[in-house]
Amino acid sequence: MSLSEKLLSSFLAFELDINIQSPVHNKRTKALKEFEKLGGFPTKKNEAWKYTSLKNVIKQDYTIFSKKKNVLEFKSVKNYFLDNTETYKLVFVDGFFDPFLSQTSHDGLDICILSAALTKPVYSNIISKYFNTSINQDDSLSQLNTAFSKEGVYIHIPKNKILDKPVEILHFATGNEASLMLQPRNLIVIENNAQTEIIETHQSLTNNPIFTNCVTEIFVGLNAHLDYYKIQNDNLNSSLIDNTYISQDQDSTAKVHTFSFGGKLTRNNLNYFQKGSYVNSTMKGITIIDDNQLVDHHTLVDHAKPNCESHQDYKGIYSGKSTGVFNGKIVVDKIAQKTNAFQQNNNILLNDKSTINSKPQLEIFADDVKCSHGCTIGQLDKDALFYLRARGIPKKEAKALLTYAFANNVLESVNIPSVKSRIKKIIAKKLEVDLEFDL
Amino acid sequence: MLSIDNLHVSVEGKPILNGINLDVRAGEVHAIMGPNGSGKSTLSSVIAGNEDYEVTEGDIVYKKENIIELSPEERAHKGIFLSFQYPVEIPGVTVTNFIKTAINSNQKARNESEMPANTMLKKIREKSKLLEIDSKFLSRSLNEGFSGGEKKRNEIFQMAMLEPSLSILDETDSGLDIDALKIVANGVNKLRNKDNAIIVITHYQRLLDHIIPDYVHVLHEGKIVKSGDKELAHQLEEKGYDWIK
Repeated sequence: MSLSEKLLSSFLAFELDINIQSPVHNKRTKALKEFEKLGGFPTKKNEAWKYTSLKNVIKQDYTIFSKKKNVLEFKSVKNYFLDNTETYKLVFVDGFFDPFLSQTSHDGLDICILSAALTKPVYSNIISKYFNTSINQDDSLSQLNTAFSKEGVYIHIPKNKILDKPVEILHFATGNEASLMLQPRNLIVIENNAQTEIIETHQSLTNNPIFTNCVTEIFVGLNAHLDYYKIQNDNLNSSLIDNTYISQDQDSTAKVHTFSFGGKLTRNNLNYFQKGSYVNSTMKGITIIDDNQLVDHHTLVDHAKPNCESHQDYKGIYSGKSTGVFNGKIVVDKIAQKTNAFQQNNNILLNDKSTINSKPQLEIFADDVKCSHGCTIGQLDKDALFYLRARGIPKKEAKALLTYAFANNVLESVNIPSVKSRIKKIIAKKLEVDLEFDL
Repeated sequence: MLSIDNLHVSVEGKPILNGINLDVRAGEVHAIMGPNGSGKSTLSSVIAGNEDYEVTEGDIVYKKENIIELSPEERAHKGIFLSFQYPVEIPGVTVTNFIKTAINSNQKARNESEMPANTMLKKIREKSKLLEIDSKFLSRSLNEGFSGGEKKRNEIFQMAMLEPSLSILDETDSGLDIDALKIVANGVNKLRNKDNAIIVITHYQRLLDHIIPDYVHVLHEGKIVKSGDKELAHQLEEKGYDWIK
C-alpha cells in the first residue's frame, strides 16, 4: 500500500478521535477529497517539483498516528532550547503537545495549542475567520495537512500588544515508532499594531525516519510586525515539507529567516500575500548542506496592492553530492504600482558533485515598479583562500571563514542574540571548525 | 635563513623562473628589482607557497629545512610572510578579527596558547599606531573599499602583528603616494632587527631610499643577472633596465 492509500484509508480511524460535528471538519473532508483529486503526493512531472523528488521519502511505511505519548526529560533536550533567553514554549513530542516542557500563556493573549482552539467555543470566531483561509488550494500537501489537522500551535496576539519575549516552537520525534509521519498545523494571528518573534525547530532524537508535512498560516494585521526564525538542523533521516502562508495588512512587516543545515530533504514553500499598501515582506536564508542532502526554497510573493516592498536574500553553500533548489516567484498585480521587489540568490558549489537549480520567476502586470533579481553560482575565491593561508590560517579554517563571510549579511538582520549565536555554532560545527566567527 | 638553489618554476607549463640562486641571512635586507614580466611576483608567490605555481627544479631551504612541499599556512607558521602586491578584498571579515584568527592559528600551530584578549588588543593598538591606522579602519571588512595606500599599510600592519622572521614585500610601493610610502617604510624599518630578514621586491628605486637594502639583485627573464649593493639600484634608476641586459 502506498503512503497516499494508507493516509486515505486512515481517515476513518482519525475521525474516531476528533469532533466530526465541528464546522472545521467539513474543511478536513473537503481537503482530503482535494488531496485525492490532485493525485496525492506531487511527482517530478509537477513543474513546482521538477528538481525535488519525494519518491524516496514517501516509499517508507510511516506510522501516521503515534500511539503512545512519550515523556521527554527536559535535561535530555535542553540543548535544543535557546540559551539564556526567556521564551514562551510550545513543545510537541511525536505530534502530541507536551505541557511539562511548554510554557503557554492566556494572559491577555493566547499562546497555546490548536487542538484547544479548534474545539473550544471561545476561539470559534478566530478559527472561522482565519483557519484554512490562506492555503494554496492546488497544493496537495497543504490539503493533506488540512485533512489531518488536529494539533499544532495556536497564537493570537491582540491589537497593540508587543510580546515581551519570543515564542519557541519545538517539534520532537522520539523514535518510539520505527518511522513516523507528522503533520503539525499552526495558526498565528497577530492583530493590528502587535509584535511577535517566533523561533521554530523540528528535531528528531533518533535515526528512525521522520517525515513532517507542516502547514503554518500567519496573519499579520495593520502595522503589525512578525519576526520568524526557522532553524532546520535535523538529522539525516528526517525530511520536512514546510508550508508557510503569510497574509499581511497595510503597513505591516513580516520577516522570515530560514536556516537550513540538516535533514535529508527539506522543502520550504514560503508564501506571502500582501493585502494592503506599504507592506514590507522580507525573507532571508542560509543553506549549508553536504552528503546527499537536498534543500529546496520555493518562495512566492503576491504583490496585490500599491507601494509595497519585498526583499529576498538567500545564500547557499553546497558540498558532497548535495542539491539546492531556489525558485523565487514574484507576482505584481496590475494595480500594484510602485512595487519594489528585490530578489537575490547567491550560491557556492564547493565541489563538482553538488548541484544548485536557481530560478527567478517574475510575473509583472504593473508598469511603474522596481523589480530586480540576481543569481550567482561560483566557487570560493582562490586568491582569497591563498591570502588567508599565507597568514597562517589553515585551509579548512580559511574555507570556513570565507563561507561564513559569504553568508554573514543574512545573519546581520537576526535580532535575537541567542538565535544568532546558535546559528554561528551550528555553522562552525557543520564546517567542522573550531572558530567563533566573531566577525 | 633562506637559501634558494637553482629554482625553476612554471605556470601552466610556461617557464617563468629559470634557475634562481639567492642566499639571505638573518638581519639582511635584499632588494629584487627588474622590469615587468621578469618573474619578481612569481618568486614571492613561490616562496609563500602559492599552489598555482609549479616548481620543476631546485630547492627552497628555509631555516635549514626544504620547504618546497609545505603548504602556505605551514610556511606562515614557520615565520614566512608575504605582503601582497594586490591584497584580496574579503567582505564580511573585519581587519581585527582576521588578524586575531591569523595570530591564534599561528599560535596553535606552534603549540602555543592563544594570545589573551587584552594582550592582543594592546598589540593591535600599538601596531596600528605605528602604521598610522585609524581604529575605525580596524572594524571594516578586510581590504574592502580600501584605497591603495590603506591596503599596503594594512599589509605592513599584519606583518607587524605576526612578527615574521622572513618578510617578502611584493611591490609594496606601488600605488602609494609619498606620505604613505614614508609611513610604510618607517613601519618596516622599525620592524628590522638582527634576527629577521626582508626581501623587497620593487620596480623602482624610490622605496629603497627609505628601506636601505644590503644587497640588490636584478631579475631578468627569470634569472638573477646582476647583484650588488644599494649603488646598483641608483645605477638602474639612471640607466634603466636595458643597461643590464
